[in-house]
Amino acid sequence: MSVRRLAVEQPEGFVFTPENLKWAQAVIEKYPEGRQASAVISLLWRAQEQNGGWVSEPALRYIAEMLDMAYIRVYEVVTFYTMFNLEPVGRYYVQICGTTPCMLNGSEDLKEACRKHIGPKDTVSDDGMFSWTEVECLGACVNAPMAQINKYYYEDLTEDLLGEIIEKLRKGESVAPGPQDGRQGCAPKSGPNTLIDSAIYNSDDSGPEPGYAGTSDPKSKMPGAY
Amino acid sequence: MLKDQDRIFKNLYGLHSWQLPAARARGAWDGTKEMIARGHDAIIEEVKASGLRGRGGAGFPTGLKWSFMPKEDPRPSYLAVNADESEPGTCKDREIMHHDPHLLIEGSMLAAFAMRAHVAYVYIRGEFIAEREILEAAIEEAYEAKLVGKNNVHGWDFDIHVHHGAGAYICGEETALLESLEGKKGQPRLKPPFPANCGLYGAPTTVNNVETIASVPDIMRRGATWFAGLGKPNNTGTKLYCISGHVNEPCTVEEEMGIPLRELLERYAGGVRGGWDNLLAVIPGGSSVPCLSAADCADVTMDFDALKALGTGLGTAGVIVMDKSTDIIRAISRLAYFYKHESCGQCTPCREGTGWMWRVLERMAAGNAQKHEIDMLFEVTKQVEGHTICALGDAAAWPIQGLIKNFRHVIEERIDAGAAEPIPASVPEAAE
Repeated sequence: MSVRRLAVEQPEGFVFTPENLKWAQAVIEKYPEGRQASAVISLLWRAQEQNGGWVSEPALRYIAEMLDMAYIRVYEVVTFYTMFNLEPVGRYYVQICGTTPCMLNGSEDLKEACRKHIGPKDTVSDDGMFSWTEVECLGACVNAPMAQINKYYYEDLTEDLLGEIIEKLRKGESVAPGPQDGRQGCAPKSGPNTLIDSAIYNSDDSGPEPGYAGTSDPKSKMPGAY
Repeated sequence: MLKDQDRIFKNLYGLHSWQLPAARARGAWDGTKEMIARGHDAIIEEVKASGLRGRGGAGFPTGLKWSFMPKEDPRPSYLAVNADESEPGTCKDREIMHHDPHLLIEGSMLAAFAMRAHVAYVYIRGEFIAEREILEAAIEEAYEAKLVGKNNVHGWDFDIHVHHGAGAYICGEETALLESLEGKKGQPRLKPPFPANCGLYGAPTTVNNVETIASVPDIMRRGATWFAGLGKPNNTGTKLYCISGHVNEPCTVEEEMGIPLRELLERYAGGVRGGWDNLLAVIPGGSSVPCLSAADCADVTMDFDALKALGTGLGTAGVIVMDKSTDIIRAISRLAYFYKHESCGQCTPCREGTGWMWRVLERMAAGNAQKHEIDMLFEVTKQVEGHTICALGDAAAWPIQGLIKNFRHVIEERIDAGAAEPIPASVPEAAE
């Protein structure tokens, strides 16, 4: 468990943008009637995205009212789930996976890169561009060590590679997520040693999907695109 | 060695498209209507005959689990797919959702039909945003092609929704997952009642792992005998192994159940860094299982029963390899910190015990401990194990028990070295 409290300084109010409001209504409809509380995590997450990376207290009240939940129930949820940031973070929020498989492969070096290029842990850099923290296993262990920057995973990192990524982002350049050493997904670095029999792809002439996330909105692939 | 045509996950490495036309060309959604025409019980019987055991860690027979669902019940039934993959060392479901999402959607349809459910929720961990976007897009494709949804081509109304978490390992526990799906804190429920009787919204629910569900379409297409012919008796079929840590080429690979560990590491992952003799220990099934010493690794096979016989487990088949450069006490201590961080705080032995065990391990790693504390630590792990609502307490205790069982001498040497160091001169402090 970790102790998590709301930020001392809070904004005046919170409302969803019209697009987000429409989206929220569609999410609520995924659940049976009267079970709208199921949407609380999705809505809080969207509120965090809209608010630049953290959830404010007025947002909790707004969502509680929208879902007909007691405020304390929403408060419980937001303090229980650690992906909700309760205080402002940098525009680029770097989360270093520090659990054993990443630690074995050099996550300490990544933290060093963050200290060098961003500053102390859990502190927003003066220009508001960056903050970093250590998180528990992000589930990309064969591509260790890795970091999540805003929405996506940057894998197979080294201290230098992460430093370069941070500097590029600082300059406003975009960096494609995924393995950073040219490796194909979770295949061995020297190339796949299974799934090499072309006969199994006789009728599949598709190639790899362009980009990492493969979604239709190219803007959403950019870190910092909230 | 498993032949490529016997592999279920043909796009594991993303060398092809995940989208519907390509997935269909690789065999997905082929003959689904005929499978459904065979009836609810025929699917359960086929899965039972295949010997498929749950791929999420516990290894419970899938067909049997499905048969616990009530056949006539006024309440709606639900399928919940557990995609909250957070076990350190495990990264297989992520690849399925990223590269072969249609196998998961098709499997969900078959499983839901077998259990007379019309709705499935895929509970995906919050951090998997790319995977969620792809899965949502694939589901949209399936709706557009009328493969799922109301009045779909298969004749069984079926809705599938993606629901995401927000960073809580405990939500991979099935009842915590259901709590979280209901919009609450992910704190596990007491069992009984089991989810098959009283699960999501108080209705019959079955929770299955992504890999389990995604294996079902191929089992139905190729038949239970094909699946049962792979692997070993009682440990049938293929499995995704995630090999991380100190190997030359970490990777995820699909192989038969029961492949020797050494062959797995040397054939697919380029072998242990610095050669087999440089091996210190292996955690064979994700962080929750006790580690194996190098001697035990030499001829153990990777299946539920063989690993259980050695006092560990197959778990999720997240193989974490550690070579002799590893500080094994620190490595296990980091896992202890993980469990401390992820304990939901509901049961006292786990909430207090995980922190206590981590603090003692940190001292041991620094050599700042007494030897009798090793036995005390072991005793505390036994006090936590089996005394909590869910298995997180057990999962926190087992890696530490494995450490003490296999590497007690390392802890003792560290303590000796710590005791030999001169005591630093105390810094006088002014009285306030």
